[in-house]
Amino acid sequence: MSSIGTGYDLSASQFSPDGRVFQVEYAMKAVENSGTVIGLRGKDGVVLAAEKLVMSKLHEPGTNKRIFNIDKHVGMAFSGLIADARQIVDIARREAANYRSQYGVSIPLNYLNDRVSMYMHAYTLYSAVRPYGCSVILASFEENGPLMYTIDPSGVSYGYHGCAIGKAKQSAKTEIEKLKLRTMTCRELVKEAAKIIYLVHDELKDKNFELELSWICEESRGVHEKVPESVFAEAEKAAKQAMEADSDSDTEDM
Amino acid sequence: MFNSVMNAPPFWHNGPAPGAFYNFPGASTTPQDFRQHSQAPVTTATSIVALQYKTGVVIAGDMLGSYGSLARYRNCPRILKVNDNIILGAGGDYADFQYVKDIIEQKIIDEDCLDDGFKLKPKSLYCWLTRIMYNRRSKFDPFWNNFVVGGIQDGEPFLGTVDKLGTAYADKIICTGYGAYIAVPLLRDAVEKNPNLTKVEARQLVEKCMEVLYYRDARSFPKYQIATIDETEGAVVEGPIDVNQNWNLAHMIQ
Repeated sequence: MSSIGTGYDLSASQFSPDGRVFQVEYAMKAVENSGTVIGLRGKDGVVLAAEKLVMSKLHEPGTNKRIFNIDKHVGMAFSGLIADARQIVDIARREAANYRSQYGVSIPLNYLNDRVSMYMHAYTLYSAVRPYGCSVILASFEENGPLMYTIDPSGVSYGYHGCAIGKAKQSAKTEIEKLKLRTMTCRELVKEAAKIIYLVHDELKDKNFELELSWICEESRGVHEKVPESVFAEAEKAAKQAMEADSDSDTEDM
Repeated sequence: MFNSVMNAPPFWHNGPAPGAFYNFPGASTTPQDFRQHSQAPVTTATSIVALQYKTGVVIAGDMLGSYGSLARYRNCPRILKVNDNIILGAGGDYADFQYVKDIIEQKIIDEDCLDDGFKLKPKSLYCWLTRIMYNRRSKFDPFWNNFVVGGIQDGEPFLGTVDKLGTAYADKIICTGYGAYIAVPLLRDAVEKNPNLTKVEARQLVEKCMEVLYYRDARSFPKYQIATIDETEGAVVEGPIDVNQNWNLAHMIQ
């Protein structure tokens, strides 16, 4: 790496001579080492899916979740360091609660996105702190339809129809681009999301993982929640079948 | 000579004492005629009528917000569904009720965010209300309310009340305000005759009480809400419901 030994990567408050902030780039590397998380925004809602890598068989299943509720109408998924992400989750919840107590209505997602990204950006400005080692996806369902934003460790955020962060974000993005997101319902998207997570999972490098699926749509009454068990089971089954069909066709080719 | 040094003449006749500026002669001391408005209710709501029957709870309250004896606001809901196993009714100062309601609603959101499958239970909310009410009365600035909490806990119906002093009790029949004098005897009489009330009977009884209260309580209103909760049908708030008025007797009263 060009940055090592130059001395410009020791602090987030200093540029390198070619105009980069290496600490922020390292934070993005931390995200790329973590399980893939995707968000799909269809016509009637948003689906979030996470590949939670399980490091040890001794871990309790279902712990250290990667998808959180922020408010009734907002969900957040992250990729990166879990302890860093929890702090972002906490900040987002506080901002949502604060907005509600001041204005008596739930926080619009673009406001929440602004506030959380400003917060993350502040951690890229000082030598005494390090940037957050996580990217987050914010999802909500408002009067004008579904919304989704992704925030990077740099504090930059974009709105998306489909996005992916973490280990296999490139291949996941390629898969997402094949979908006609604007015309799809959440019911369909849940299956596609599960398929993509299963597809981009690298069995050679990471053996075990848990799939997490959440949605916020008309069917969930505009509330962000884990997908119902029946929907989850159906999506996971479809994903596994797709994987088998895929591997069968691979062997035929040979 | 020595004495005159110890008792020096005034440094500056009629001027300020050393270290004290603006010590004007004849200035009044602290005001005596102030009145602390936070310790008197302004917009008030009248009675709550609540009854626990065999498998659930009914709570009713009218929709009037009074300025003393002036019937000021006619559309003030004060019966609410807190979550799937709690309903809440409130009488007294309407602003204080709204303030406490906002805190409770945020509590529910915070609990949902934890996503641990647990929900606030009626006895917990009842106990929490006793704490905030007692805390505020100990500051000589009470929330000027009567709260009535109803719900289902561990399959059993629960009904409890907390007043502005933090005094709390659970009972099968609870009425606050004027209802404590007019509706309680009616309900006790009916429950004594028929201890195993069904939901329909309990509801009819509460509706009768609302009618009697409308005739007798000068701070009441013929439009009310009624909330029911039981294990089969969950928590439901209905209304506005109108009192069946009958003034045929009126011309006979001189």
